[in-house]
Amino acid sequence: MCLAIPAQIVRLEAGDQALIDVGGIRKQISVALVDGLVPGDFVIVHVGYALARIDPAAAAETLAAMAAAGIDTGALA
Amino acid sequence: MSAAPRREYHRPLDVKRGRVELAHGAGGRATAQLVEELFLAAFDNEWLRPLNDAASLPVPAGRLVMATDSHVVSPLFFPGGDIGSLSVHGTVNDVAMAGGVPLYLAAGFVLEEGYPLADLKRIVTSMAAAAKAAGVPVVTGDTKVVEQGKGDGVYITTTGVGVVPPGISLDGAAAREGDAIFVSGTIGDHGVAIMSKRENLEFETEILSDSAPLHRLVASLLTACPRIRVLRDPTRGGLATTLNEIARASGVGMLLEERAIPVAPAVAAACEFLGLDPLYVANEGKLIAIVPAEDADTVFAALRAHPQGRDAALIGHVTRDPDHFVQMRTGLGGRRVVDWLTGDQLPRIC
Amino acid sequence: MKYVDEFRDAELARGLAAAIAREADPSRRYHFMEFCGGHTHAISRYGVTDLLPPNVRMIHGPGCPVCVLPIGRIDLAIGLALDSGVILCSYGDTMRVPASGGRSLLNAKAEGADVRMVYSAADALRIARAHPDREVVFLAIGFETTTPPTALVLREARALGVANFSVLCNHVLTPAAIVNILESPEVRTLGTVPLDGFVGPAHVSTVIGTEPYEFFAQEYRKPVVIAGFEPLDVMQAILMLVRQVNERRSEVENQFSRVVDRAGNVKAQALVAEVFELRREFEWRGLGTVPYSALRIRAEFGAHDAERKFNLVYQAVPDNKACECGAILRGVKRPVDCKLFGGACTPETPMGSCMVSSEGACAAHYSYGRFRDRDAAPPPQVTA
Repeated sequence: MCLAIPAQIVRLEAGDQALIDVGGIRKQISVALVDGLVPGDFVIVHVGYALARIDPAAAAETLAAMAAAGIDTGALA
Repeated sequence: MSAAPRREYHRPLDVKRGRVELAHGAGGRATAQLVEELFLAAFDNEWLRPLNDAASLPVPAGRLVMATDSHVVSPLFFPGGDIGSLSVHGTVNDVAMAGGVPLYLAAGFVLEEGYPLADLKRIVTSMAAAAKAAGVPVVTGDTKVVEQGKGDGVYITTTGVGVVPPGISLDGAAAREGDAIFVSGTIGDHGVAIMSKRENLEFETEILSDSAPLHRLVASLLTACPRIRVLRDPTRGGLATTLNEIARASGVGMLLEERAIPVAPAVAAACEFLGLDPLYVANEGKLIAIVPAEDADTVFAALRAHPQGRDAALIGHVTRDPDHFVQMRTGLGGRRVVDWLTGDQLPRIC
Repeated sequence: MKYVDEFRDAELARGLAAAIAREADPSRRYHFMEFCGGHTHAISRYGVTDLLPPNVRMIHGPGCPVCVLPIGRIDLAIGLALDSGVILCSYGDTMRVPASGGRSLLNAKAEGADVRMVYSAADALRIARAHPDREVVFLAIGFETTTPPTALVLREARALGVANFSVLCNHVLTPAAIVNILESPEVRTLGTVPLDGFVGPAHVSTVIGTEPYEFFAQEYRKPVVIAGFEPLDVMQAILMLVRQVNERRSEVENQFSRVVDRAGNVKAQALVAEVFELRREFEWRGLGTVPYSALRIRAEFGAHDAERKFNLVYQAVPDNKACECGAILRGVKRPVDCKLFGGACTPETPMGSCMVSSEGACAAHYSYGRFRDRDAAPPPQVTA
C-alpha cells in the first residue's frame, strides 16, 4: 500500500526540507514535491516526502457528512 | 572504585582511550586486570569478590527457578536504557514471571575486539546500578573477546536463579475459559525507543524504553492474589505473540477489547509512521496477568496500587476456542484475529 | 493524531453502518473492489466487514506493490546483491518476498549480501555518497505515490554526479491494472464476476488526481469513489457506491476531498515525466503481463539505471501452478477457494502474491479474518 500519514509542518529548513510532527514524534522530511507550505500546515507524508496539503475545511465537511449519514439518509450528496 | 586492585599492573587500565583487545579475553594478566578494574569494581559483592570460577552461595528453602537470556540489542545505548540495564531486567523478569523471587545473577560477556573501554565501562556501570536497584547481585561471570567484525560490540548473557514461595504456581498452560486478562501498562514503548535510533529510520521522540525489573510488582500481585494463573512479560513479538503462546499452551482462545489496550500516544504515532502494529512491538517492563474472573477486581486494585501498574488495564477474557484464536473487538466495532507475529516485524512503507 | 483518530471513530462508524444497511437494496447484491492494499488493510485491521450488511461484498484488488512484484524482478535484485557485490537498499516491505527457490532478500542477507532497509529513497542516495567505493542500488517499488520521490532522487544523483548510485525501477501504474481487471473475460464478456464499482486509491490519487478514473466510469459504466485509507473513509465510500448503484449512476466521486483534487500533484507529475517513460509491458504477479503498466528510467538518466548499468535481463518465473492469486485478484475466487490457502501457503511460507504482504487478499484474510470461515455467529460470549 502507499503508507502515508498526516503530519504537521513544524518548520521549514534549507534544501526543501522540513521538520514535521506526527503525534509527538518528529522527523525531517522533504517538501520538494509541494509548493507554498507554511509551518502549521498539515501534509500527507509518504517515504519521507510531503505529497499533498490537507484541506482542513474539506476534512470538516467530510466528517460532518459522515455524521449526517448516520441520522439522515439524504444528507450525503 | 570500591574494590582496590590486589595485584600490581604496569599501567592501570586506560578506560578513557583504551579498546578491547584479544588479550582481554585470553585468560592472562590482561584478562585479570579487565575483570578486576572494570567488572569487579562495578559489581563488587561478597560472592563475586573471591573471583573463583564458580560462586559459592547459600541455598534457601523452596523451589528454585532458573532462567537465562542473551542480549544482542542494537543500538547498545537507547533512550531509557542500554544493554547493561536491559540484561539485568530481562533475566530478573524471566525469573519473576515464574513466580520466583530473584536471588542471584550470572553474567557472560562477549566483547568485540576494538570496542572502546569507556563505552564498556558505561555499560557495566549501568548494569551494576540496575542489579543494585533490583537487589539482585551479579555473583559470577565470564568474559570472552572475539575478533573485530565478528561481534556487535557487546553481547551479554545473564542467568538468574530465584526461589518460588510456597503456594504459588504459575504456568503458561493454566489459562481457563472466563479468566480475566490484564496488562500492567502501555505497550510498545521499548521497541519504538529502539527503532527511533535505528540507522535510516531515526526520528526524534520522547519515548523511553520501559526496561524495568518487575519482581517487586509480581511480589505484590502474588501477595494480593496467590491464585494468579499466568504471568508473562510480552517481550519480543509483543503482546499479540505472547497471548498467542499462552492461548496455544492452555488450549483456549481469547477475546480482547482494542480500546482497553493502553498505548502511549507517541508510540501509536510512531507505529502509524512505520506501518507497525503496537500489539507486536516489544516491551521490557510490562507484564500480562491472567487471573480467575472472581479475582479480577483484587488483581486490578493491586496493579493500580503499584507505581509500575499505574496504567494497568483489563484488556479481555479467555474464551473457549478449539482453534485457539486470539480475537479482538476493534475500536471501530468490528472483529479481527490477532495472529502470531510473522517473521520479524519490518516497517511497511510503500 | 489529527486527521487519523477522527476517521476511526466508533460512533460515526455505527452511523455509517446503519446508513449502508438502510440504503443497500436487500433484493440485490453489491460487489465492490477496493483496488488498494491500503483499503484492504483498513477493512481487515478494523473489522469493517462486520459493519457491512451480508449483501455487500468487498473484493480485494491488486493494489499492493509488494504483492504484484514478480519473482523475476526480485531475482534480479537478489542477483545484484549476491553476485555483483552491491549494497542493495530497499523499503522494509520487500525484504521477505520469496523469489526463485523461495529465496528472499533477507535470505540473501543471511548468505552474506549487503542488503539494507531504508525509510526513504533519499537514504539510499545518502548511503551511496557515504560509500563512493561501492555500487549502491535502490530497489524501487510502488505505485504513482512512491514514484515521485524516486524521480527526485534520480535527478539529484545526476546533478551531484553520484556515479555509484543506480535504481532498479519497478514502479507500476494504477489505471493500467484497473483496465486489466475490467478487460478480463470474467468481468467484461462472460459477466461471471459481478463488479459493481471501485473504491479508488487514496494516496495514488493525491499524485494523479481523480481525472484518470473518469475513463472507467464512462467506458466501463463502473462507479468509482476515491477514498481515504481510514476505516470511516472506506465505509463512506461504500455508502456512496451503494447510492450510485441504486441510482444507476457511474461517476467518479471524491470522498478524499481533504487531500485529493481532479488535477493531482502537477509538480510531481511533471517530475515523473521528466525522469521516467512507459514500459511497453510489465509482468505483474497474479495478473500476468500487462501492456503499458509500468515505468522505466529515461535514457538521459541511464547512468543511474541499474538495468542498463548491470546489463540485467529479466527472466519470468512462473508462480506455483496451484496458486489462484490471479483469480482472487480479479474477484473470481476467494482465498479459501485456493487449495494452497492456509496449508502450504501461509504468511510464514507464502507461495503466491496475495500472501506475501499483509495487504494481500490472502494474507489479510489469514491474519485478520480467518475466524469468519468458522463462525458466522457472533463471537464467543464470556461471563466475567
